[in-house]
Amino acid sequence: MNRRKFVKKTTLAAMTGVVGCDIVFGTVMPRGYVPLSLQDPDPFTLFDKDRGMVVLNDRPWNMEARVHLLDDRITPSKYMFIRNNGLIPEDIAVENWVLTVDGESVQQKKRYTLQDLKSKFAHHTYQLTLECGGNGRSEFNPPAKGNQWTIGAVSCAEWTGVRLRDILEDVGLKDTAVYVAYHAADLHLSRNPEKEPISRGVPMDKAMQDETLLAFAMNGRDIPMVHGHPLRLVAGGWPASASGKWVNRLSIRNKIHDGPKMGGSSYRVPCNPVAPGEKVADEDMCIIESMPVKSLITYPKSGAMISEGKKLNIRGHTWAGELEVKKMEYSIDFGSTWETCALEKPANRLAWQHFSASIDFPKKGYYEIWARATDAKGTSQPMLLPGWNPKGYLNNACHRIAVKVV
Amino acid sequence: MGNAHKTYRKRARRLYRILIVVSVLALITAIGAFYFYGDRHNSEYIVPPKKLEEGQIAKSLDSITGFIQAPGMQETITHCTPCHSAQLVTQNRMTKEGWLSTIRWMQETQNLWDLGDNEPIILEYLAINYAPQEKGRRENLKVEAWYILKE
Repeated sequence: MNRRKFVKKTTLAAMTGVVGCDIVFGTVMPRGYVPLSLQDPDPFTLFDKDRGMVVLNDRPWNMEARVHLLDDRITPSKYMFIRNNGLIPEDIAVENWVLTVDGESVQQKKRYTLQDLKSKFAHHTYQLTLECGGNGRSEFNPPAKGNQWTIGAVSCAEWTGVRLRDILEDVGLKDTAVYVAYHAADLHLSRNPEKEPISRGVPMDKAMQDETLLAFAMNGRDIPMVHGHPLRLVAGGWPASASGKWVNRLSIRNKIHDGPKMGGSSYRVPCNPVAPGEKVADEDMCIIESMPVKSLITYPKSGAMISEGKKLNIRGHTWAGELEVKKMEYSIDFGSTWETCALEKPANRLAWQHFSASIDFPKKGYYEIWARATDAKGTSQPMLLPGWNPKGYLNNACHRIAVKVV
Repeated sequence: MGNAHKTYRKRARRLYRILIVVSVLALITAIGAFYFYGDRHNSEYIVPPKKLEEGQIAKSLDSITGFIQAPGMQETITHCTPCHSAQLVTQNRMTKEGWLSTIRWMQETQNLWDLGDNEPIILEYLAINYAPQEKGRRENLKVEAWYILKE
């Protein structure tokens, strides 16, 4: 054994010791490569995130934005929340990436390389709102288990890819098709290769929408690793867990998909409203589809002090799942009276909309600005917490910021 | 199974009764500690830090995991952090029943092993130190820092 080999072997042995298990294929690991698990544990560097972001969990990685960081009209990657259910794939070989389309309801199984997808189908770009189903969970009482998101698990980036519909049409489906399920390259937390951390998807009518993409780019660049590089299903307006990351297989099911996190209390809420804390049987839970109407004041940051007689300009975003927001209002008197905000049209369907207002205050003192959106069907945001549910989903209670006139 | 189960339940119930007094005291302390240390992550809705009542001692946190240092912490670290981070535990608040159902869910779906004799220890630790607190239908806003807005 020559010296170099010896050094390589001992280094590998040391790494193995630190990682705590065998590094399979360790001998072919490129020189100078540091396994992901040993890399800089600073998530802000690792994922290129702003340091104002808040880490909720580091295994799996979960990180949310603070609301004033979401001021951009198109969310930059550095302010995009991370919600992972498993471990980020450790080895993404883009040149060998294959998407397999199979399932009970395909005419025949088909495989596409990334290059096939990019070259055979038309590209489309949409700005799409992705909000974690559990955004706002931390406010529920009794508390709901899971990552305690406050309000920052929402983003609206520009996604570029091919239409899922175009691919499904190219594959050829049987008329028994009910659900498009994704499978992905992420690892289960237990590192058991037999287990998937999450495998969800969307029913056929959502799959066939213009805006439902198999995306390979976000904000004009390759999708960042943590957000699903090289291929992500993007179904705007629905709980972001429907938008599978690192997708390498789509299964066209002849029934509602039954993958991990499709059943039980995962991404499901009581079909009929229940009292806070009530037990709900599995069969009485329904899958969340479109997200509810919601809005955020992204400017100014809560805690602003302004001089008496000065106007305060506020702005923010509003969205309503599958629907458009028709009216945006604010209140400075705890919901007693409401004033209308200027509201823009969305860049495209399923994109959030921007609002703004200029506020006069009657006298000095402490104020809260409350924001309330109303969707196209006339449904508004509640001022208190909406209906309690076991996992604390769908909190769309109006956003509030505090202001002092001095 | 029935007998063993009964004995286990009996024992658990007895332990529970003894611990209920301790729990109440510890709960107050734990809530105090939670307020005191604050969950600085929740910038929008943090409850303002409250002064501890006289005689109350703020619980110290384990420097590596962030777990509250109390009986059962080691067992909890041993069994709960091989797969996921401690943060997934410490950011949650559940009743004993809630923690038990979470453990069962992890055993049924997430490859968690049988916790054996450690299960009651871990359950007690979680139920005492990470118990839910009543927060009503909407909390007061917490302002991280007041600042002069220049436009």
